Amino acid sequence: MNNNTNPLARKDTTAIVRAGLQRRYAAEKRFKWYGLTAISIALLAVVLLFADILIKGLPTFWQTDIRLEIDFAPQIIDPDGRRNPDDLSLADYSALWKKSLRQLFPEVESREELRSLYALISSGSSLQLRDRVMANPALIGVTQNVDLLADDTVDTFFKGGVDRELPEAQRPLKDDQIAWLDKLKAEGKMETRFNTGFFTNGDSREAEQAGIGGALVGSIFTLLITLSLSFPIGVAAAIYLEEFAPYNRWTDIIEVNINNLAAVPSIVFGLLGLAVFINFMHLPRSAPLVGGLVLALMNLPIMIIASRAALKSVPPSIREAALGMGASKLQMVAHHVLPLAMPGMLTGSILAMAHALGESAPLLMIGMIAFIVDIPTSPFKPATVLPVQIYLWSTLPERAFVQRTSAAIILLLLFLAVMNATAIILRKRLERRW
Amino acid sequence: MLPYLVLTLLLLSTIGYYLGRRRSLAMADGHIRNLHSLPSYYGFYTALWCGLPALLLFILWMALGSILITYLVVADLPPEMRSLPPERIDLLVSNIKNLVQGNIVSDTADPVMRAAADQYRRLQAIGNGALWLLVLALAIGGGAYAYRTIAPRLRARNLVERVIMVFLMVSSTIAILTTIGIVLSVLFESIRFFHAIPITHFLFGLQWSPQTAMRVDQVGASGAFGAVPLFTGTLLISFIAMVVAVPIGLLSALYLSEYAHHSFRSVAKPILEVLAGIPTVVYGFFAVLTVAPLIRDTGQWLGLDVASESALAAGLVMGIMIIPFVSSLSDDVINAVPQAMRDGSYALGATRSETIKLVILPAALPGIVGGILLAFSRAIGETMIVVMAAGLSANLTANPLKAVTTITVQIVTLLTGDQEFDSPKTLAAFALGLVLFVVTLTLNIIALHVVRKYREQYE
Repeated sequence: MNNNTNPLARKDTTAIVRAGLQRRYAAEKRFKWYGLTAISIALLAVVLLFADILIKGLPTFWQTDIRLEIDFAPQIIDPDGRRNPDDLSLADYSALWKKSLRQLFPEVESREELRSLYALISSGSSLQLRDRVMANPALIGVTQNVDLLADDTVDTFFKGGVDRELPEAQRPLKDDQIAWLDKLKAEGKMETRFNTGFFTNGDSREAEQAGIGGALVGSIFTLLITLSLSFPIGVAAAIYLEEFAPYNRWTDIIEVNINNLAAVPSIVFGLLGLAVFINFMHLPRSAPLVGGLVLALMNLPIMIIASRAALKSVPPSIREAALGMGASKLQMVAHHVLPLAMPGMLTGSILAMAHALGESAPLLMIGMIAFIVDIPTSPFKPATVLPVQIYLWSTLPERAFVQRTSAAIILLLLFLAVMNATAIILRKRLERRW
Repeated sequence: MLPYLVLTLLLLSTIGYYLGRRRSLAMADGHIRNLHSLPSYYGFYTALWCGLPALLLFILWMALGSILITYLVVADLPPEMRSLPPERIDLLVSNIKNLVQGNIVSDTADPVMRAAADQYRRLQAIGNGALWLLVLALAIGGGAYAYRTIAPRLRARNLVERVIMVFLMVSSTIAILTTIGIVLSVLFESIRFFHAIPITHFLFGLQWSPQTAMRVDQVGASGAFGAVPLFTGTLLISFIAMVVAVPIGLLSALYLSEYAHHSFRSVAKPILEVLAGIPTVVYGFFAVLTVAPLIRDTGQWLGLDVASESALAAGLVMGIMIIPFVSSLSDDVINAVPQAMRDGSYALGATRSETIKLVILPAALPGIVGGILLAFSRAIGETMIVVMAAGLSANLTANPLKAVTTITVQIVTLLTGDQEFDSPKTLAAFALGLVLFVVTLTLNIIALHVVRKYREQYE
């Protein structure tokens, strides 16, 4: 009070504030910069992550082929001429393309040179030829141009992944191999095409034959089981807790429990699955059935929380109106509240499914990391899923596998993006403001 | 065979629904007003009577059938085989099952086993046949009973609703059962582990080398199960992750909620949240192939000795993963601070940053601490990044450039691959799982408590 009356003292305060102002504004500017830097780092991390994976993965969607003139010689495929499918499937098809290669490069003679010449073509080419003949036995005796899969080193070379300047010992391809490839290329016998095998093949030790078809099917089976268990149970639990449960100790325990369960590390659910489903109930190991069960348990709390939020957003007046018209409590829920809450529940379940699609740690525990070539035909057969396939490939050193891993990641992220976008669109379309 | 049984049941129930509905209308002379419930409830009533008891029997058989058959087969084995210790009998049983499924070529197996396998197969066939008969009989019988009891006075709606209520209630307890299942499965195996290895040795031992315990006759066959290096490794990596995530996440949240223009916020926030939706296996790949080599090369350039699986690489990438958790949790609490407090601070002449530092942060601190604890528990339990980017060797070090291993990495390494289930090596994984579960649960409970308490302050 006293100070205010004294003009001199007031001037002093102003002076003190003025003097500090410069420093305070600088601090203000600094702090703002800290914030901007932090968010720039975070955004940069997103950009880097995506750029890195896109650059590494995109080449995989193209595959190099070598076109050879194959003479489907009857004396090799079917010496006794009976066209018996069993004999046809056992014939030595590698002899066909090897012969064709030798004709292209007659100067190659020594055993060692021949071996490096043969190494240019994928070992899966024999199967490719066999399938062709088995599908159409009339080919026998015909000479035809066939596009054969190139080996993964050749593929990498043509995508610019091999440095010609490196000393020969450090290159996956030797000098004469590069010379042959250049000649093949000059003759127009090499071309790249869209890599359909990557989407349809199962896993393989040979990079050029490895595909994510098996993992995709495994993921689909697993997610179907997860969805068909966690959606009804989650919705039912949410309905009970939100609409019917009395407020007592028991429901309180359930609620705390659900919140805590949502934060339990996923790998612990894997331990549960291993101990209960595999060691106690003796369900088949590595099967999508068990994977789906584990992911369903893991997703259940998320589903319940999302469904409860959706139920909460339905205004009480709807309930009162239904009850007022003489509906029973269950009729009120089934006929009025549930349909109105359904969009929110669907959105929540899509997000939960996206989460389950990317999950891999608990699936490692129940043996879904086996090397499986065949595409699974039922949820009881051993299988793997997309993220686990990514993990498996990431442990392999070949450059072609690095590319395949990245391509699989691109696909996984694409699926996730589609699922999340669907959820957002659903929410925008169906959301009702009351 | 069995999926067809389920389909048949479904079909029978559907038929039951229509029959029940029609019957109720017929009983009411075609006028709904004569009925106690709507006709569809009589349909559901019949369908439930038709499907539910049969389905319960079916589930019971699925759960207990193979145990029963195994018991019968074991009881029929020659006495000298039955007197074997339980583990050997388990082995025999799994051999018999393999024979049944044709995984082993039966010519090479010994005749007693082959006989047992034949008996197993025979019992299985009998069991399945009996199951079909019983289930179908129960379904038709139940349906017929319901059909006969349908009368205009029957309170079908109440009965159906009671069944649905039971289903709802059971569903809500599954979460509890899951928790109990986790606790029991992890606890039992851990107790078995602690019978072999004393718990003090596990919790305070400094040496971790479970690999040596593979074979009984090996040197050092007991293995070393001192988990301290794993705890320190986990803490080191999580600490690095928090050092990255907390400042970046918190400052981003502050910038977005206090400074950023609305349009910037509406773009930046979803992009930031993209980080939370990326599967961890992708981060792991990024850590191994991009970040780890980068750190190693930088270290070499600076003349430092960096391990190729350094804790730093795993921690950094895990930090990036956790940024959105910290930022969105902080964002929530920052926005929950009442606008009046900001306005008061501005009115006193404080700048924005002073308001943030002196008013908003202190007010939001409990919530932020809760969020950080949640993020920390997430870092501890994170698996794929460390499995891919951190090492396997259990070094007791605080140097972020060295390779360390974590609890989750060891769980994965101990349990992937084929081994017998009883060795201390696999049981150790469950003991580690127990530690992980207890630690994350404690962190979560504390964090939720803090957050909840804070929320009550301003609501």
